[in-house]
Amino acid sequence: MSDWHDIGTVEDIPRLGARVVQSPQGNIAVFRTAEDEIFALRDRCPHKAGPLSQGIVHGKRVTCPLHSWTLELGTGEAIAPDVGCAARFPVKVEGGRILLQVSAVAAVSDHSAGTLA
Amino acid sequence: MKERLVLIGNGMAGMRTIEELQKVAPQMYDITVFGAEPHGNYNRIMLSPVLAGEKTIPEIMINDLDWYEQNGVTLHAGKDKEIVEINRGRREVRAADGTTVKYDRLLIATGSNPFILPLPGNDLPGVIGFRDIKDVDAMLHAAKTGKHAVVIGGGLLGLEAANGLMKQGLQVTVVHVLDTLMERQLDPFAADMLRKTLEERGLRFLMGAHTAAILGDDKVRGVRFKDGLEVPADIVVMAVGIRPNIELAKKSGIHCERGIVVNDTMQTYDPRVYSVGECVQHRGVCYGLVAPLWEQAKVCASHLAQHGVGRYEGSVTSTKLKVTGIDLFSAGNFNGGPDCEELVLRDPARGVYKKLVVKDNRVQGAVLYGDTVDGTWYFQLLRENTDITAFRETVLFGHAHMADAGREGHSVMSMSDDAEICGCNGVCKGTIVKAITEKKLFTVDDVRAHTKASASCGSCTGLVEQILAATVGNYDATPKEKPMCKCTDHPHDVVRKAIRDEHLTSLESVFKVLNWKTANGCASCRPALNYYLISTWPAEAKDDYQSRFINERVHANIQKDGTYSVVPRMWGGLTNARELRAIADAADKYNVRTVKVTGGQRIDLFGIRKEDLPKIWADLNAAGMVSGHAYGKSLRTVKTCVGSDWCRFGTQDSTGLGVKIEQMTWGSWTPHKFKMAVSGCPRNCAEATIKDFGVVCVDSGYEAHVGGNGGIHVRGTDLLCKLETEEQVLEYCGAFMQLYREEGRYLERTAPWIERVGLEYVKAKIVEDEEGRKALYARFLESQKYAQTDPWAERASAGVDAHEYAPVATIG
Ligand code: SRM
Ligand SMILES: Cc1cc2nc3c(=O)[nH]c(=O)nc-3n(C[C@H](O)[C@H](O)[C@H](O)COP(=O)(O)OP(=O)(O)OC[C@H]3O[C@@H](n4cnc5c(N)ncnc54)[C@H](O)[C@@H]3O)c2cc1C
Ligand code: SF4
Ligand code: FES
Repeated sequence: MSDWHDIGTVEDIPRLGARVVQSPQGNIAVFRTAEDEIFALRDRCPHKAGPLSQGIVHGKRVTCPLHSWTLELGTGEAIAPDVGCAARFPVKVEGGRILLQVSAVAAVSDHSAGTLA
Repeated sequence: MKERLVLIGNGMAGMRTIEELQKVAPQMYDITVFGAEPHGNYNRIMLSPVLAGEKTIPEIMINDLDWYEQNGVTLHAGKDKEIVEINRGRREVRAADGTTVKYDRLLIATGSNPFILPLPGNDLPGVIGFRDIKDVDAMLHAAKTGKHAVVIGGGLLGLEAANGLMKQGLQVTVVHVLDTLMERQLDPFAADMLRKTLEERGLRFLMGAHTAAILGDDKVRGVRFKDGLEVPADIVVMAVGIRPNIELAKKSGIHCERGIVVNDTMQTYDPRVYSVGECVQHRGVCYGLVAPLWEQAKVCASHLAQHGVGRYEGSVTSTKLKVTGIDLFSAGNFNGGPDCEELVLRDPARGVYKKLVVKDNRVQGAVLYGDTVDGTWYFQLLRENTDITAFRETVLFGHAHMADAGREGHSVMSMSDDAEICGCNGVCKGTIVKAITEKKLFTVDDVRAHTKASASCGSCTGLVEQILAATVGNYDATPKEKPMCKCTDHPHDVVRKAIRDEHLTSLESVFKVLNWKTANGCASCRPALNYYLISTWPAEAKDDYQSRFINERVHANIQKDGTYSVVPRMWGGLTNARELRAIADAADKYNVRTVKVTGGQRIDLFGIRKEDLPKIWADLNAAGMVSGHAYGKSLRTVKTCVGSDWCRFGTQDSTGLGVKIEQMTWGSWTPHKFKMAVSGCPRNCAEATIKDFGVVCVDSGYEAHVGGNGGIHVRGTDLLCKLETEEQVLEYCGAFMQLYREEGRYLERTAPWIERVGLEYVKAKIVEDEEGRKALYARFLESQKYAQTDPWAERASAGVDAHEYAPVATIG
């Protein structure tokens, strides 16, 4: 499958911040770290569905705005001792533009670790 | 090849270090552990309950033999595995049975040995210390086969041994050289109360008794005293003190004094050799309790992992007697000393004794007997060096008496497993106990992380501590001032001082100058640093938007479903038909689901979608309304009552004054939220005496009150002073806010701040020092120049942060 969507430039997302992509699969949070790496997770905290896009980004992690769970951006996994995972979406940067894959099966959860792309 | 780490001493400190090391650098070393006891690592302090028949050995194992297997740690355990030689030249250790292992790093954690009095007969079978499982086995055996026990030493350990032996059915005599028990913790009065209670339970005491010899031929038979008295004994337990176990280290040439001398990174004089636990001497101190071990283990592990972070700077310790049904707590320096005073409360009828050792109005130590509920609080006052002047008269009556009437004083152990402990997160007692035992938790922080109990509002912390103490023992100690967060070793005040003294104006410079451990901080330190920067350098530091919590970033309160609530400012709680009409129109237009009058006399509109925020703000702005900052660590509301305008009792124009105060202070960022109120007379309808700054109007002028809040622990204000004019009220208010802005720690409200620094201090700065007050006031007004732009207007019409309110893309 190659349904990569161009969602904008790296600069469209604030450093150490996030923006939302609305999709038929629900909102997806797209994060940018201090080093300009880009990550995409379902915008739903595994705890009580808090919008992760509204959290504080630090290192390669985001802290949920509702009850401060912290998740690894690379895997979507909650930092121990909390247990849970927000689904990841494949994302890449080409020529400064962010490409996001959002097919029905594209979300990679921790259980189906590995890539479906 | 991996480096080799060898641990000598399979006890609490050594193994804790290994566990910490496994957390930070799991693959770094090949680890070999030598232990002289034929067991895994167990919770030594729970030997007392084991002896008393309240716990079993399997229940107190921390790392059983399987753990070593599963974690790839090689364990050599048993008497013949005791290390008898360290060859530092060849970097090799040798056990009694000849086993030799080479090391790259060595960790010595040999604990301590019970001190055995140099008496004739002290080597007879049946004469033991109270230190390990073997000793407990010996005591249990004696209980089955004999009738009498003698315990030499009336300190904590001796009494716990005596209590246990008595519970096992022996007739126990406690022998103590002095006339008072536990003379290191108690004064004669409390010691007498304790002795009476224990006598009622069946213990016998020989006070002021000098032991001359231990009697027996092939095993112990009794004890003889200098005055000729003989007491029969099938077992004699010596609990007269411990000595750091340093023979091995000494023999191998490692520098020792009373203990193995280590520096702040837990390193001995041989840089390859580290040491932790009771065998060490750090900054001249040898510890005999567990609490310091957690800290030492963490620091040591991080240096072994070559992260090279963290320094151990010593601990203040507290302790409890673990005799079921007897509550005894002591902490810090409870003996006093030069310039110390003692505050004492004695209530023999209730069986309560409390003593606080105080120096310059700061708690140095505490002893509590009979009622230990406030132990944690006193320990906190001690650790934080709190000035108690303001509540010195009542401090002995406890925290409940002062402030938080809602606190429960009853014992948590009588609660059932399904009793709710943490109301915020719905955590029951059973869940907490299970997590503590299954996940091997030892500190309140651990329990918080794993169960969320006491992780939100914190009012159940005392209960959690009690459960922890009952389950694994009491280890309550931390270094004096906690670091801001895991990204740094510096506490708040140090960071703040550096920002001021070094003229740091950006996060990057703070990270660099103070050697932050993370590249860009975390969700806990970044908001704090941002506040310190903008409050210290209002004209220079740039507000770091990404370091603000979402509410402050989008100037509205996030709700549990991800929508927002919007609270427009209503100056002093006043509104009018035009504003209400505009609010009603906005409520219709943006499908507001709930309209509610708040506890702060404003109107809250709930359920706004983020995309609609700038639009609703534009509408409210058009009607003359601005942000109410209900979302910020900032000035919130100034509540007022109607005052002299209408009320038959009103003495001054409380409404008008409230409006003036709010106009002066709105937009100001503060360490935590800041609330005010003005009441028109002492009937106090605006509840001014539970506000951060409250004004109560009286006939002759105005009373300025400070440091109150509602919330979890209600605290009534302290009277700062009386004032005559509105201008004075404004000046004192601005100066007070500025002092708090400059000195309060982030997320510390004025109530805990004042309890920490003392009302006298605040009075000295605000009331007595006119020049200082005026300077504070001037700095406040200066910083307001940069703060008083309506954040809603900027976003509704000037396009500030527009990206925040729109999706970056929409797919499908
Ligand atoms: C809306 C309101 C309840 C209401 O419907 O009346 C409210 C709502 C919240 N309060 Fe409150 N508090 C409200 C008045 C109060 C009051 C009463 C008052 O201001 O006179 C108190 C007790 C007085 C006090 O603060 O001393 C109060 C004590 C708290 C506390 C405990 C503060 C403390 O120092 O212990 C918190 C927790 C915190 O801030 O950490 C809190 C936190 C909250 C939060 C921010 C919880 C959160 O993080 O989501 C709620 C935000 C709701 C929202 O999205 O708007 N709220 N809260 C009130 C808004 C007042 C306003 O107009 O701005
Ligand atoms: C009955 C009792 C009750 C206590 N109650 C409390 C309490 O309520 N609160 C509190 O804070 N503290 C309490 N303590 C003190 C607490 O147990 C100690 O502070 C703690 O265990 C010290 O840990 P450590 O690792 O330094 O020493 P240990 O836990 O003693 O571990 C040292 C280990 O090293 C082994 N060892 C020694 N030499 C060698 C060698 N040459 N080769 C191999 N192995 C060796 C020993 O056999 C031992 O297993 C209590 C202690 C006892 C005995
Ligand atoms: S509004 Fe205040 S009291 Fe009510 S649930 Fe929220 S935080 Fe608790
Ligand atoms: S919803 Fe994210 S922490 Fe609770």
